[in-house]
Amino acid sequence: MAESTPGAAGAQDERRIDETTGVETTGHVWDGIEELNKPLPRWWLWTFYATVIWSLGYVIAYPAWPLINTATEGVLGWNSRQAVADDLAAAEADRQTFIDQIRELPLEEIRADEALMQVAFRGGQSAFKVNCVQCHGSGAEGSVGYPNLNDDAWIWGGTLEDIHTTILHGIRHEPDPDTRLSDMLAFGRDEFLDAAQISDTTQYVLSLSGADHDAAAASAGEMIYVENCAACHAEDGSGTPELGAPALNDAVWLYGGSAEIIEAQIYEPRHGVMPGWTGRLDPVVIKQLALYVHALGGGQMTSDAETAN
Amino acid sequence: MAMAQAGILLLIAVIAVLASAKAHDAQFAIHMGLIAAIAMGAAIWRLRTMNVSAKAAAAAPTGYMDGVVRYGTVATMFWGIAGFLVGVLIALQLAFPDLNVEPYFNFNRLRPLHTSAVIFAFGGNALLCTSFYVVQRTCGARLFGGGLAWFVFWGYQLFIVLAATGYLLGVTQSKEYAEPEWYIDLWLTIVWVAYLIVFLGTLVKRKEPHIYVANWFFLSFIVTVAMLHVVNNLAVPVSFLGAKSYPIFAGVQDALTQWWYGHNAVGFFLTAGFLGMMYYFVPKQVERPVYSYRLSVVHFWSLIFLYIWAGPHHLHYTALPDWAQTLGMVFSIMLWMPSWGGMINGLMTLSGAWDKLRTDPVIRMMVLAIAFYGMSTFEGPMMSIKAVNSLSHYTDWTIGHVHSGALGWVGMISFGAIYYLVPKLWERQRLYSLRLVNWHFWLATIGIVLYAASMWVSGIMQGLMWREYNAEGFLVYSFAESVAAMFPYYIIRALGGVLYLAGALIMAFNLYRTIRGDLRKEVPMGGVVQPAE
Repeated sequence: MAESTPGAAGAQDERRIDETTGVETTGHVWDGIEELNKPLPRWWLWTFYATVIWSLGYVIAYPAWPLINTATEGVLGWNSRQAVADDLAAAEADRQTFIDQIRELPLEEIRADEALMQVAFRGGQSAFKVNCVQCHGSGAEGSVGYPNLNDDAWIWGGTLEDIHTTILHGIRHEPDPDTRLSDMLAFGRDEFLDAAQISDTTQYVLSLSGADHDAAAASAGEMIYVENCAACHAEDGSGTPELGAPALNDAVWLYGGSAEIIEAQIYEPRHGVMPGWTGRLDPVVIKQLALYVHALGGGQMTSDAETAN
Repeated sequence: MAMAQAGILLLIAVIAVLASAKAHDAQFAIHMGLIAAIAMGAAIWRLRTMNVSAKAAAAAPTGYMDGVVRYGTVATMFWGIAGFLVGVLIALQLAFPDLNVEPYFNFNRLRPLHTSAVIFAFGGNALLCTSFYVVQRTCGARLFGGGLAWFVFWGYQLFIVLAATGYLLGVTQSKEYAEPEWYIDLWLTIVWVAYLIVFLGTLVKRKEPHIYVANWFFLSFIVTVAMLHVVNNLAVPVSFLGAKSYPIFAGVQDALTQWWYGHNAVGFFLTAGFLGMMYYFVPKQVERPVYSYRLSVVHFWSLIFLYIWAGPHHLHYTALPDWAQTLGMVFSIMLWMPSWGGMINGLMTLSGAWDKLRTDPVIRMMVLAIAFYGMSTFEGPMMSIKAVNSLSHYTDWTIGHVHSGALGWVGMISFGAIYYLVPKLWERQRLYSLRLVNWHFWLATIGIVLYAASMWVSGIMQGLMWREYNAEGFLVYSFAESVAAMFPYYIIRALGGVLYLAGALIMAFNLYRTIRGDLRKEVPMGGVVQPAE
């Protein structure tokens, strides 16, 4: 157990020539470990010097030496805040003509101008990915309670102006007095209809879009629908965008199209909220968003635009 | 003596019980209860072993103190596997978010558990036990302070347990690699000062005329970590009976202090400490003199002088003043060659012994460690350059960089050192199986390559996606799209982690059989021309 006996230190100086390398050792030995007396590798030393010289140059050129209240500014006069400001200003200047036009022109005119529309579409796409995807999905495909923006079903209207207004003021966004408001009654909870009536009405609503339904119950529900629902959703179930009353005669459902979900909705409707973006996004960005969403596939034409075309 | 120690432990238990009863929050109550239980258990154990330990101390008054080193190697292996396992789990959580189990096992709490387990529990124990082993051998002196080394060992394990359970319970001060709260920090300070006393005391009573280079690195690691830990954790507790505290620095000053700490944790814990390990175990394993004494002097002093300034490169393009960013960058660039000095000294120590790579997988492991050390100490200065950093910052490239250093350098050099140590510490003829070491080597190597390569690709892809503008000057991708694009790389990364973990499990088995005294009959590595089994 030689290893476990402290104090077996070798002699102080055991310098010798290492046979393999032909280099002298330093003469120190620790637990059998020796060290060769090799000089510093030249390439190592010169690379080290080069990094030091480069660093000296860099700290002269750029902000570096801390002083009492400030720091040396560097002979190039560069600083990161100014660099960002310059970059942003340059990017802004590049787009300025387009931005000004988007700010000034009405939406339909922007849409009609191919070059301008290209910029607006890209800008809207970019803003959509930051602000809208959280609810509407990265492909604007929506999910339960959040409308799909690619189809041609619009709760509050699908013309450019409609979409623009929705984005500006939001839906049921209380802080904004101009927000879109609609409030379907809680027919079940507030006892306007009893359970059997709700069930019959549900069957009738299913029949509007040609879904599987109980024909007898549906015909019983028809009268209830006409008296209670048609005022907003229209007799044929085509809805009224001005009132935010969705169409019931298509296969597109915000919360789902099963009998259970429709019944639950009649009993006590859920009301989604979308924030208004006035004051949170630049008006130009909001216009770009409206143009982008409109162009996703389901945008509707106003009669004016149709005439203009 | 034993009576007095047991008395102190009982007193601590009573105080902890009172603190637990009066605690302001459940987490603090649980931790104080844990301390009370451990102190009580330790007191009982102390009383029961009173006579035995007196005899044992008398039996070996001149020999080296290796018991604590033996415990340290086992603890290193244990925490290593725990840390790698949690790493694999959180890698999978990133790919499959459903694996997050609220609230105790979500990514937020497991991530610091992983980083602390591998850096402080695995790496820390490896440094603790190898430094205790090396300082005794190279000083020709038994550890200073008698039982103090045992206090350091067990005190450090208590720190790990408190930190780890704290993370799961939600106790954190949200500083990366310094998450534990004030009372755990205070405890670590006490333990660390004891460590310094043991180490310095042993150096002072050394029988060798000079201090070996490994000990310079170990000492710089212990001293600097003490300073970093104390300054970065300066905080005011909300109550002495609650877990929460607030740091005394605020805003960008707090950020700079944190990254001065964070980067030097890399520099002095993961670099200097493990260089100490390398300087002893590489020459011992290859049985060759260290390549250049002069290089070790120059690279040691330049490394420790330059490293301490490099932290601000973690805060490029932030609210940190430009002059401090410049400072962090130029010192990182100048750090390149001082770091590589260690690589040269490590690799060139093999001059005249390169043939041993064929026959000794432990040397192979050490050489791979040094190669990864060289690669990541080149990559680091490169990433500190502001132009590169503007692409790499906040991306997985950073994660890949850290892991090529952590898995490649820290992990492999520790494995090599432990493979060397275990037969020596348990007085075995050799390891149970060199072929299993070879399996470990290849599994770990392939694991690292998968990890680092996937993170390079995904990190650069991430950085490019975030800055992709279209012709009209608008950003092309949303953040969520860059996350979705990461999925295949997250899978490859997790696979790399699984391989690395598998290698460590093989190592644990190999060490277990070695400690039991088993020797596997096998064809020697490389030397004999025979079909492989």
